[in-house]
Amino acid sequence: MIVRELELDLDAFAGPFDLLLTLVLKDELDLRELDVAGIVLAFIERLAEREELDLEACGEFLVLISALLELKARGLFPEEAAELADLEPEAAAEELARRLAEYRRMKDAAAWLRERLESEGDRFFRLGPAPLAPKLETPLAPQEPERLAEVIRLLAKEPPQVSLAHMALRFPPVSQFLERFRSLLRRRSRFDFDQEVGELTRVEQAVAFLALLDMRRAGEITIDQAAPFAPIRISRTDVEREASWTVRSA
Amino acid sequence: MDSPLRLIASNPLDQLARTLEALLVVASAPLTVAELAEAADDDAERVEAALGLVRERYSEGRSGIVLEHVAGGWAFRSSREAAEACARLFEKPAQRNLSQAALETLAIVAYLGPCSRPDIARIRGVAADSAVANLSERGLIAEAGRDDPSVGGAIRYRTTPLFERVFGLESLSQLPRLDDVGESTDAIRDRLAEVAEKRSA
Repeated sequence: MIVRELELDLDAFAGPFDLLLTLVLKDELDLRELDVAGIVLAFIERLAEREELDLEACGEFLVLISALLELKARGLFPEEAAELADLEPEAAAEELARRLAEYRRMKDAAAWLRERLESEGDRFFRLGPAPLAPKLETPLAPQEPERLAEVIRLLAKEPPQVSLAHMALRFPPVSQFLERFRSLLRRRSRFDFDQEVGELTRVEQAVAFLALLDMRRAGEITIDQAAPFAPIRISRTDVEREASWTVRSA
Repeated sequence: MDSPLRLIASNPLDQLARTLEALLVVASAPLTVAELAEAADDDAERVEAALGLVRERYSEGRSGIVLEHVAGGWAFRSSREAAEACARLFEKPAQRNLSQAALETLAIVAYLGPCSRPDIARIRGVAADSAVANLSERGLIAEAGRDDPSVGGAIRYRTTPLFERVFGLESLSQLPRLDDVGESTDAIRDRLAEVAEKRSA
């Protein structure tokens, strides 16, 4: 007989014992919901079906089931388990006895409730939701109509116009810079972008750069920069061609 | 034997008694003397006297309707002799098939409540989650605040008026004393509080 293959059919679990152990170890099954006595019963039933006593299986089962029980006990009283461990054996036994007595009293109380349920079961009565009319309560203090009107008048007043002037971004036209750079390149074959726009605002610089990109796309200029953040140098395309030709022919 | 009708008709409280009958027949939960007095617009003492008349008229053996003092108030119910007929007409969802676990949990809440699920688990030795959910659904217990946040702030439960009604109790004080084993419920409650404090420490 192989203990691990013991088939179980419990409220919380149905399947072989080793699967149960795996689920418990992976925390996928809450031990507190598990009826350990049910496992023991299943094992004993299986044992009884056999002619001879399988000592090896019994030993293995005992080890596994006691480990399960200990785990369950620790799960139920996580902090108290430590408390009990701190107690002297006699005191711990006393504590356990008290707990059992407490539980027995509640079991007695439950038995009394069951008897009561049976003896009172022949009383029928009407049940319904919220039977009473809600009591009217005025949570507000007495109100003066004039004061209310005053408050509403305040709300009805048009709010002052808020100035958005500071939010406006004024973009100069790109064409302005196109013209400026073209006239510059008619006079000189190359210029330094940073020098040209250094005096301008950030927005104007951005538009100026747009103008450069436009001119480059049209093939009017080439743009050079030796390294990131180094000065940007602009040159007329025809000058550039000349230069490269010179280099190649040299 | 006097007929109940003649008894009420000959009494000066007749009018009030009839008003109380009307109030009780439309109510779906027990009404306290104060509620009856307010609705009938009469004083509490006269209401109590008139209730005596109504109770006499609606008693077992005299009427199919019985007036009972239950869950801290007054309510009509069916007479016991009509129970079989009532059972053919009605289900009793609140108390049908209460499991042993549910009854034990109910006993703990009735005697020690308000108490939390960890409290119940500590006494029963198994998790109380499903029993508590089941009893809440039946309306036999209800939430009653939370534990102190310093000890985890678990939701606490107490029994409802429906519990008292189902079990035919005038109030929780009608539960029998559990002194056969010694420790009083106060002592148990103190110990639960003690344990809860230790856990948070």
